[in-house]
Amino acid sequence: MEKWIDTFTSTPLFGITLSIFVYAFFVWLQKKLHSPLLNPLMWTVAAVIAILLLFHIPLENYQKGGDIIGMFLAPATAVLAVSIYNQLATLKKNLIPVVVGCFAGAVTSIGSVIVMSKLFGLDKAMQDALTPKSVTTPIAMAVSEQLGGIVPITVAAVVVTGIIGCVAAPLMIRVFFVKEPVAAGVAIGACSHALGTTKAIELSETHGAMSGIAIGLSGIMTVLICLFL
Amino acid sequence: MKILLQIGIVFLICLVGEWISAVLPFAFPGSVIAMILLFLLLLFKVLKVEHIEEKASFVLNNMAFFFIPAGVGVMEYFDILGAYLVPFLVICVVSTILTFAVTAWTVIGVMRLQEHIAKRKGQRNGKVD
Repeated sequence: MEKWIDTFTSTPLFGITLSIFVYAFFVWLQKKLHSPLLNPLMWTVAAVIAILLLFHIPLENYQKGGDIIGMFLAPATAVLAVSIYNQLATLKKNLIPVVVGCFAGAVTSIGSVIVMSKLFGLDKAMQDALTPKSVTTPIAMAVSEQLGGIVPITVAAVVVTGIIGCVAAPLMIRVFFVKEPVAAGVAIGACSHALGTTKAIELSETHGAMSGIAIGLSGIMTVLICLFL
Repeated sequence: MKILLQIGIVFLICLVGEWISAVLPFAFPGSVIAMILLFLLLLFKVLKVEHIEEKASFVLNNMAFFFIPAGVGVMEYFDILGAYLVPFLVICVVSTILTFAVTAWTVIGVMRLQEHIAKRKGQRNGKVD
Protein backbone atom coordinates (compact mmCIF):
# COMPACT_ATOMS: atom_id res chain seq x y z
CA MET A 1 0.00 0.00 0.00
CA GLU A 2 2.70 2.49 1.10
CA LYS A 3 4.70 1.64 -2.01
CA TRP A 4 1.72 2.26 -4.30
CA ILE A 5 1.00 5.60 -2.67
CA ASP A 6 4.61 6.60 -3.11
CA THR A 7 4.58 5.60 -6.81
CA PHE A 8 1.34 7.47 -7.48
CA THR A 9 2.41 10.65 -5.70
CA SER A 10 6.05 11.02 -6.64
CA THR A 11 5.32 13.07 -9.78
CA PRO A 12 5.11 16.90 -9.62
CA LEU A 13 1.68 16.60 -11.23
CA PHE A 14 0.33 15.15 -7.96
CA GLY A 15 1.02 18.20 -5.78
CA ILE A 16 -0.19 20.63 -8.44
CA THR A 17 -3.40 18.71 -9.19
CA LEU A 18 -4.23 18.20 -5.52
CA SER A 19 -3.65 21.90 -4.75
CA ILE A 20 -5.79 23.09 -7.67
CA PHE A 21 -8.80 20.90 -6.92
CA VAL A 22 -8.80 21.40 -3.15
CA TYR A 23 -8.39 25.17 -3.64
CA ALA A 24 -11.12 25.26 -6.30
CA PHE A 25 -13.45 23.44 -3.92
CA PHE A 26 -12.93 25.96 -1.09
CA VAL A 27 -13.23 28.94 -3.46
CA TRP A 28 -16.56 27.47 -4.61
CA LEU A 29 -17.64 26.85 -1.00
CA GLN A 30 -16.79 30.41 0.02
CA LYS A 31 -18.77 31.84 -2.91
CA LYS A 32 -21.69 29.68 -1.87
CA LEU A 33 -21.63 30.48 1.87
CA HIS A 34 -19.99 33.96 1.97
CA SER A 35 -18.26 33.44 5.31
CA PRO A 36 -14.94 35.22 6.04
CA LEU A 37 -14.00 32.21 8.18
CA LEU A 38 -14.05 30.08 5.02
CA ASN A 39 -10.82 31.62 3.76
CA PRO A 40 -9.93 29.28 0.85
CA LEU A 41 -6.17 29.51 1.46
CA MET A 42 -6.37 28.56 5.14
CA TRP A 43 -8.73 25.64 4.54
CA THR A 44 -6.81 24.37 1.51
CA VAL A 45 -3.61 24.29 3.57
CA ALA A 46 -5.41 22.46 6.40
CA ALA A 47 -7.09 20.01 4.00
CA VAL A 48 -3.89 19.24 2.09
CA ILE A 49 -2.01 18.61 5.37
CA ALA A 50 -4.86 16.33 6.52
CA ILE A 51 -4.81 14.40 3.22
CA LEU A 52 -1.02 13.95 3.36
CA LEU A 53 -1.16 12.70 6.97
CA LEU A 54 -4.19 10.48 6.39
CA PHE A 55 -2.74 8.66 3.38
CA HIS A 56 0.85 8.69 4.68
CA ILE A 57 1.99 10.66 1.62
CA PRO A 58 5.53 12.02 2.16
CA LEU A 59 5.71 15.83 2.22
CA GLU A 60 8.62 15.63 -0.26
CA ASN A 61 6.29 14.06 -2.82
CA TYR A 62 3.74 16.84 -2.43
CA GLN A 63 6.45 19.49 -2.59
CA LYS A 64 7.68 18.23 -5.98
CA GLY A 65 4.58 19.94 -7.35
CA GLY A 66 4.50 22.48 -4.53
CA ASP A 67 7.90 23.84 -5.50
CA ILE A 68 6.62 24.55 -9.00
CA ILE A 69 3.59 26.43 -7.62
CA GLY A 70 5.86 28.26 -5.16
CA MET A 71 8.03 29.39 -8.07
CA PHE A 72 5.18 31.71 -9.09
CA LEU A 73 5.44 33.63 -5.81
CA ALA A 74 8.21 35.86 -7.18
CA PRO A 75 6.31 36.85 -10.37
CA ALA A 76 3.16 37.29 -8.24
CA THR A 77 4.98 39.77 -6.01
CA ALA A 78 6.60 41.49 -9.00
CA VAL A 79 3.33 42.16 -10.85
CA LEU A 80 2.05 44.08 -7.83
CA ALA A 81 4.08 46.82 -9.54
CA VAL A 82 1.25 47.04 -12.10
CA SER A 83 -1.27 47.80 -9.33
CA ILE A 84 1.10 50.32 -7.76
CA TYR A 85 1.64 51.99 -11.15
CA ASN A 86 -2.12 52.18 -11.73
CA GLN A 87 -2.45 53.84 -8.30
CA LEU A 88 0.43 56.25 -8.82
CA ALA A 89 -1.65 59.38 -8.14
CA THR A 90 -2.91 57.98 -4.82
CA LEU A 91 0.62 57.02 -3.82
CA LYS A 92 2.08 60.43 -4.67
CA LYS A 93 -0.60 62.16 -2.64
CA ASN A 94 -0.09 59.89 0.40
CA LEU A 95 3.63 59.15 0.30
CA ILE A 96 4.45 60.54 3.75
CA PRO A 97 1.52 58.83 5.58
CA VAL A 98 2.41 55.53 3.88
CA VAL A 99 6.10 55.68 4.86
CA VAL A 100 5.40 56.83 8.44
CA GLY A 101 2.69 54.16 8.77
CA CYS A 102 5.06 51.38 7.67
CA PHE A 103 7.66 52.56 10.17
CA ALA A 104 5.12 52.62 13.01
CA GLY A 105 3.93 49.16 11.94
CA ALA A 106 7.42 47.67 11.93
CA VAL A 107 8.17 49.12 15.39
CA THR A 108 4.87 47.79 16.76
CA SER A 109 5.37 44.33 15.29
CA ILE A 110 8.93 43.95 16.58
CA GLY A 111 8.18 45.61 19.93
CA SER A 112 5.08 43.55 20.66
CA VAL A 113 6.87 40.28 19.82
CA ILE A 114 9.77 41.12 22.15
CA VAL A 115 7.47 42.17 25.02
CA MET A 116 5.26 39.07 24.69
CA SER A 117 8.26 36.74 24.37
CA LYS A 118 9.58 38.12 27.67
CA LEU A 119 6.14 37.66 29.27
CA PHE A 120 6.00 34.04 28.13
CA GLY A 121 9.61 33.51 29.22
CA LEU A 122 10.68 32.26 25.78
CA ASP A 123 14.37 31.72 25.20
CA LYS A 124 16.35 34.16 23.08
CA ALA A 125 16.54 31.94 19.95
CA MET A 126 12.74 31.61 19.94
CA GLN A 127 12.22 35.34 20.48
CA ASP A 128 14.66 36.18 17.66
CA ALA A 129 12.88 33.71 15.39
CA LEU A 130 9.53 35.45 15.94
CA THR A 131 10.81 39.06 15.81
CA PRO A 132 10.67 39.50 11.98
CA LYS A 133 7.43 37.51 11.56
CA SER A 134 5.39 40.29 9.91
CA VAL A 135 7.58 40.71 6.84
CA THR A 136 7.92 38.70 3.65
CA THR A 137 9.65 35.29 3.99
CA PRO A 138 13.06 35.99 2.38
CA ILE A 139 13.62 39.15 4.48
CA ALA A 140 12.28 37.48 7.65
CA MET A 141 14.62 34.50 7.19
CA ALA A 142 17.65 36.74 6.71
CA VAL A 143 16.81 38.90 9.74
CA SER A 144 16.15 35.85 11.93
CA GLU A 145 19.44 34.28 10.94
CA GLN A 146 21.31 37.49 11.62
CA LEU A 147 19.73 37.82 15.09
CA GLY A 148 20.45 34.16 15.90
CA GLY A 149 16.88 32.83 15.69
CA ILE A 150 15.62 29.35 14.70
CA VAL A 151 14.93 29.91 10.98
CA PRO A 152 12.26 27.17 10.44
CA ILE A 153 10.25 28.70 13.31
CA THR A 154 10.50 32.05 11.51
CA VAL A 155 9.15 30.53 8.28
CA ALA A 156 6.24 28.97 10.19
CA ALA A 157 5.53 32.25 12.04
CA VAL A 158 5.59 34.25 8.77
CA VAL A 159 3.09 31.89 7.13
CA VAL A 160 0.80 31.70 10.18
CA THR A 161 0.89 35.51 10.55
CA GLY A 162 0.08 35.89 6.86
CA ILE A 163 -2.90 33.57 7.12
CA ILE A 164 -4.16 35.41 10.23
CA GLY A 165 -3.90 38.73 8.37
CA CYS A 166 -5.60 37.28 5.32
CA VAL A 167 -8.51 35.83 7.30
CA ALA A 168 -8.90 38.70 9.78
CA ALA A 169 -8.33 41.71 7.48
CA PRO A 170 -12.01 42.41 6.64
CA LEU A 171 -12.93 42.04 10.33
CA MET A 172 -10.06 44.27 11.56
CA ILE A 173 -11.05 46.96 9.04
CA ARG A 174 -14.52 47.05 10.62
CA VAL A 175 -13.45 46.70 14.27
CA PHE A 176 -10.87 49.52 14.04
CA PHE A 177 -13.08 51.77 11.84
CA VAL A 178 -10.55 52.00 9.01
CA LYS A 179 -12.66 53.63 6.31
CA GLU A 180 -9.69 54.96 4.34
CA PRO A 181 -8.63 52.34 1.69
CA VAL A 182 -5.04 53.66 1.70
CA ALA A 183 -4.72 53.14 5.47
CA ALA A 184 -6.34 49.70 5.36
CA GLY A 185 -4.12 48.56 2.46
CA VAL A 186 -0.89 49.74 4.10
CA ALA A 187 -1.92 48.13 7.41
CA ILE A 188 -2.66 44.79 5.76
CA GLY A 189 0.73 44.75 4.00
CA ALA A 190 2.56 45.88 7.14
CA CYS A 191 1.05 43.27 9.44
CA SER A 192 0.79 40.29 7.10
CA HIS A 193 3.05 40.83 4.03
CA ALA A 194 2.24 39.22 0.65
CA LEU A 195 -0.15 36.65 2.10
CA GLY A 196 -2.38 39.36 3.57
CA THR A 197 -2.00 41.27 0.30
CA THR A 198 -3.90 38.48 -1.47
CA LYS A 199 -6.93 39.62 0.59
CA ALA A 200 -6.19 43.31 -0.03
CA ILE A 201 -6.27 42.69 -3.80
CA GLU A 202 -9.77 41.23 -3.44
CA LEU A 203 -10.97 44.34 -1.57
CA SER A 204 -9.97 46.89 -4.27
CA GLU A 205 -7.05 47.92 -6.47
CA THR A 206 -6.15 50.73 -4.03
CA HIS A 207 -6.05 48.28 -1.11
CA GLY A 208 -3.92 45.86 -3.16
CA ALA A 209 -1.46 48.48 -4.40
CA MET A 210 -0.94 50.05 -0.96
CA SER A 211 -0.53 46.62 0.62
CA GLY A 212 2.06 45.79 -2.05
CA ILE A 213 4.05 48.95 -1.28
CA ALA A 214 3.87 48.15 2.44
CA ILE A 215 5.47 44.71 1.86
CA GLY A 216 8.63 46.32 0.52
CA LEU A 217 8.69 49.32 2.89
CA SER A 218 8.01 47.29 6.07
CA GLY A 219 10.67 44.81 5.00
CA ILE A 220 13.26 47.57 4.65
CA MET A 221 12.23 49.19 7.97
CA THR A 222 12.41 45.82 9.78
CA VAL A 223 15.92 45.13 8.45
CA LEU A 224 17.03 48.59 9.60
CA ILE A 225 15.42 48.38 13.06
CA CYS A 226 16.82 44.90 13.68
CA LEU A 227 20.34 46.20 13.02
CA PHE A 228 20.00 48.02 16.36
CA LEU A 229 18.68 45.03 18.37
CA MET B 1 1.61 33.41 -27.94
CA LYS B 2 0.77 36.81 -26.48
CA ILE B 3 0.37 35.42 -22.95
CA LEU B 4 3.48 33.27 -23.35
CA LEU B 5 5.46 36.39 -24.20
CA GLN B 6 3.99 38.24 -21.22
CA ILE B 7 5.02 35.38 -18.93
CA GLY B 8 8.48 35.61 -20.49
CA ILE B 9 8.75 39.35 -19.79
CA VAL B 10 7.72 38.97 -16.13
CA PHE B 11 10.01 35.95 -15.59
CA LEU B 12 12.92 37.84 -17.16
CA ILE B 13 12.39 40.74 -14.74
CA CYS B 14 12.23 38.25 -11.83
CA LEU B 15 15.42 36.58 -13.03
CA VAL B 16 17.24 39.93 -13.10
CA GLY B 17 15.80 40.61 -9.62
CA GLU B 18 17.27 37.32 -8.35
CA TRP B 19 20.64 38.19 -9.88
CA ILE B 20 20.69 41.62 -8.24
CA SER B 21 19.62 40.04 -4.93
CA ALA B 22 22.50 37.54 -5.19
CA VAL B 23 25.17 40.24 -5.57
CA LEU B 24 23.76 42.66 -2.95
CA PRO B 25 25.89 42.73 0.24
CA PHE B 26 22.73 42.52 2.44
CA ALA B 27 19.66 40.27 2.34
CA PHE B 28 16.88 41.69 0.22
CA PRO B 29 14.44 39.45 -1.67
CA GLY B 30 14.70 39.19 -5.45
CA SER B 31 10.92 39.32 -5.76
CA VAL B 32 10.73 42.78 -4.16
CA ILE B 33 13.64 43.97 -6.35
CA ALA B 34 11.72 42.65 -9.37
CA MET B 35 8.67 44.59 -8.19
CA ILE B 36 10.73 47.80 -8.00
CA LEU B 37 12.31 47.09 -11.43
CA LEU B 38 8.93 46.48 -13.07
CA PHE B 39 7.57 49.64 -11.45
CA LEU B 40 10.50 51.69 -12.83
CA LEU B 41 10.09 50.13 -16.30
CA LEU B 42 6.42 51.17 -16.28
CA LEU B 43 7.23 54.61 -14.86
CA PHE B 44 9.80 55.36 -17.56
CA LYS B 45 7.48 53.94 -20.24
CA VAL B 46 9.92 51.20 -21.28
CA LEU B 47 7.02 48.80 -20.75
CA LYS B 48 3.33 49.53 -21.10
CA VAL B 49 0.74 48.00 -18.81
CA GLU B 50 -0.83 46.37 -21.92
CA HIS B 51 2.42 44.42 -22.41
CA ILE B 52 1.81 42.36 -19.30
CA GLU B 53 -1.85 42.98 -18.48
CA GLU B 54 -3.24 39.45 -18.96
CA LYS B 55 -0.39 37.78 -17.11
CA ALA B 56 -0.59 40.34 -14.30
CA SER B 57 -4.31 39.96 -13.77
CA PHE B 58 -4.06 36.15 -13.93
CA VAL B 59 -1.40 36.09 -11.21
CA LEU B 60 -3.05 38.79 -9.05
CA ASN B 61 -6.48 37.16 -9.22
CA ASN B 62 -5.06 33.81 -8.12
CA MET B 63 -2.36 35.05 -5.78
CA ALA B 64 -3.51 33.13 -2.68
CA PHE B 65 -3.16 29.86 -4.60
CA PHE B 66 0.61 30.28 -4.93
CA PHE B 67 1.02 30.35 -1.13
CA ILE B 68 -0.51 26.91 -0.56
CA PRO B 69 2.81 24.95 -0.67
CA ALA B 70 4.43 27.42 1.78
CA GLY B 71 1.52 26.87 4.18
CA VAL B 72 1.62 23.09 3.80
CA GLY B 73 5.38 23.24 4.45
CA VAL B 74 4.67 24.37 8.03
CA MET B 75 3.76 20.72 8.84
CA GLU B 76 7.47 19.94 8.69
CA TYR B 77 7.92 21.98 11.89
CA PHE B 78 4.94 20.59 13.79
CA ASP B 79 7.15 18.83 16.35
CA ILE B 80 9.25 21.95 17.12
CA LEU B 81 6.12 24.10 17.24
CA GLY B 82 4.23 21.62 19.43
CA ALA B 83 6.23 22.57 22.53
CA TYR B 84 5.60 26.30 22.01
CA LEU B 85 2.14 26.15 20.46
CA VAL B 86 0.29 28.46 22.86
CA PRO B 87 2.86 31.30 23.09
CA PHE B 88 3.51 30.94 19.34
CA LEU B 89 -0.16 31.38 18.41
CA VAL B 90 -0.85 34.10 21.00
CA ILE B 91 2.17 36.13 19.84
CA CYS B 92 1.24 35.73 16.15
CA VAL B 93 -2.41 36.74 16.66
CA VAL B 94 -1.89 39.63 19.12
CA SER B 95 1.08 41.17 17.32
CA THR B 96 -0.68 40.96 13.93
CA ILE B 97 -3.79 42.75 15.27
CA LEU B 98 -1.69 45.41 17.08
CA THR B 99 0.43 46.02 13.98
CA PHE B 100 -2.68 46.38 11.84
CA ALA B 101 -4.32 48.88 14.20
CA VAL B 102 -1.21 51.01 14.80
CA THR B 103 -0.29 51.13 11.09
CA ALA B 104 -3.82 51.98 9.93
CA TRP B 105 -4.29 54.74 12.49
CA THR B 106 -0.82 56.18 11.95
CA VAL B 107 -1.59 56.48 8.22
CA ILE B 108 -4.97 58.10 8.98
CA GLY B 109 -3.39 60.41 11.59
CA VAL B 110 -0.63 61.63 9.28
CA MET B 111 -3.16 62.10 6.44
CA ARG B 112 -5.33 64.29 8.71
CA LEU B 113 -2.28 66.22 9.89
CA GLN B 114 -1.32 66.87 6.26
CA GLU B 115 -4.83 68.06 5.44
CA HIS B 116 -4.79 70.30 8.52
CA ILE B 117 -1.44 71.86 7.54
CA ALA B 118 -2.62 72.35 3.96
CA LYS B 119 -5.81 74.03 5.20
CA ARG B 120 -3.92 76.40 7.51
CA LYS B 121 -1.50 77.27 4.73
CA GLY B 122 -4.49 77.98 2.49
CA GLN B 123 -6.07 80.23 5.13
CA ARG B 124 -2.85 82.14 5.77
CA ASN B 125 -2.28 82.65 2.04
CA GLY B 126 -5.89 83.81 1.82
CA LYS B 127 -5.29 86.50 4.47
CA VAL B 128 -2.07 87.71 2.85
CA ASP B 129 -3.81 88.07 -0.46
